[in-house]
Amino acid sequence: MTAAVKWDVSELQGSPHRRNRERWVKGVAFAAALTSVLISLLIIGSLLFEAVNFITNVDLSRLWDRGWFPRRGVFDLKTLIVATLWVTVIAMIVAAPLGMAAAVYMSEYATPRVRKILKPILEVLAGIPSVVLGFFALQFINPTLVRSWIDDANSSGNMISAGIGVGILTIPLIASISEDALAAVPNALREASAGIGARKLTTTVAIVIPAAVSGLVAAFIIATSRAIGETMVVFIAGGAAATALFAGSPVDQGLTMTAAMASVAAGSDEVVGSGEAFTSLFFVGALLFAITLCLNVIADRVVKRYRLEY
Amino acid sequence: MAIAIKPVGGLTPANIGESLRRKPDLKGALFQFVMLFSLSISIGVLVVLLYTVVSDAWPVLSTRLGDFVTGTLAPDAGRAGISQGLKGTFYLCVIVAIVAFPLGIAAAIYLEEYAPRTRLSSFIEVNIRNLAGVPSVVYGILGLAIFVNGWGISALTGGRSPLAGGLTLAALVLPVVIITTQEAIRAVPSALREAGFGVGATKWEVIKDHILPYAAPGILTGTLLSIARAAGEAAPLLLVGTITGFISNSPGWFDVRQVQDKFAAMPTIITSWAKQPEEGFRVENAAAAIVVLVAFVILLNSAAILLRNRFEAKRAG
Repeated sequence: MTAAVKWDVSELQGSPHRRNRERWVKGVAFAAALTSVLISLLIIGSLLFEAVNFITNVDLSRLWDRGWFPRRGVFDLKTLIVATLWVTVIAMIVAAPLGMAAAVYMSEYATPRVRKILKPILEVLAGIPSVVLGFFALQFINPTLVRSWIDDANSSGNMISAGIGVGILTIPLIASISEDALAAVPNALREASAGIGARKLTTTVAIVIPAAVSGLVAAFIIATSRAIGETMVVFIAGGAAATALFAGSPVDQGLTMTAAMASVAAGSDEVVGSGEAFTSLFFVGALLFAITLCLNVIADRVVKRYRLEY
Repeated sequence: MAIAIKPVGGLTPANIGESLRRKPDLKGALFQFVMLFSLSISIGVLVVLLYTVVSDAWPVLSTRLGDFVTGTLAPDAGRAGISQGLKGTFYLCVIVAIVAFPLGIAAAIYLEEYAPRTRLSSFIEVNIRNLAGVPSVVYGILGLAIFVNGWGISALTGGRSPLAGGLTLAALVLPVVIITTQEAIRAVPSALREAGFGVGATKWEVIKDHILPYAAPGILTGTLLSIARAAGEAAPLLLVGTITGFISNSPGWFDVRQVQDKFAAMPTIITSWAKQPEEGFRVENAAAAIVVLVAFVILLNSAAILLRNRFEAKRAG
């Protein structure tokens, strides 16, 4: 008869090799997750360092002047901000109704088979690079659409055609977030509504859309933030070169915050490495970062605060 | 005794059937039509866009497509080509794939499988969501300040190089890779995990042998989409600084040393051409370069969409 095997707790822990590997893997994965935090810190750091440099060196009266001429030391912020507002407002006038209507159709009306065809098409539209929309806005939207309606519109580019281009770019984004919001409304609500005799139209407008309103608002805010941050369409189709006079009307050339940054950078093949023109890039970048971050945080809050729990 | 039926709201036994019959819902039909019409506008825009680009590019595509793809940047519109842009974009995509995919997938694994429910974890999550919303031009600032001019880093990247640009784009797509990978991992049934633990596998063994293979199609879809995004992104590269005029040396396709050298990229070449006064550049060459870039991007996107649909159908069936 053999003696009873003595078990020790340590033998239940598995092999030290396997335990070691676990610790390593966890450490590496944690480090990877921290990289995202590092990237944020580096972005904020590099923005603030030169932005502070700019604001302490620049003559503050030059921030409220008659236009944006960085190489002459004139940095009128209202030129950039008003242009950004025009482009964003026009983009949202185009994108919000079209995107949300597309979402309503896809979520409430389309049969699964139709959806299967339509959704990839919207996704292809979402994948089109923004330089392509810039080219399209300059070569098609401006001459064919805008200038055939508005004679005064600047032929070398203007804020209306750039705004429409940005709007087209954000349609798929609005459509996709809105559709998720509508799809999250439980079917029981639709069935109850139909059960008391409401028509499809009434169910959609009075039941489904109000139930999804937090997601729809979030879609709108996120798209606004995206439109403010869009660079290439305005850079190509906004009509302004590296400089711009203050323009009050969207039929004029305009320089948005993003396009101003791109212009400073692309003034020649080399980004000029010194001077206020160069640091203005970082200042405008910091402003842009702050605005879009605020909008994204608000969108997050809206979803959390007003989401109905089912 | 007869029961007296009092008509309610004009209803009588004689006309009640009539009133219950469904009336044509004109308002509803109109609403549905308006929704469908809006959707058709978006699709129509896509068609018009593709048509405009191809027809503008046609003079180049039909006469000198081969020369255009293999030619180099030149001041003469009739001779300029995009080979250097293709090479630059190829290297950018490779660097993005090497840097952003492992980092993003590892970060997603940490957040989904390892992360304790602490403040730090939720801070990392929120931070990633916010990074995803940062405008791409701001990533250009990161690239310019850190990867191009950063102390010590510029010696490694060689300044305005594919390496600096690729790292910038990798930072740009990292949040997207993390978020899509997280979604793919979240979709793995927990029974699979529990079965693995039940037979004594460690966490990493469960991840490596069960979770990642199951989530692979979803992860692959996300990575394909982010490569497409990186290939088409121009704004950060404007700040990092690409060449759009003339590059003196032109190394071969697989000469890896060029990752530290001056470079060109498709989106910035298109930008520069689209802003030229000369029509040969502004219309024809720019459109032809767009056709090449969009063909590549749509190819990647379609592959991602097909892959996802196929696996969704398989899982459902």
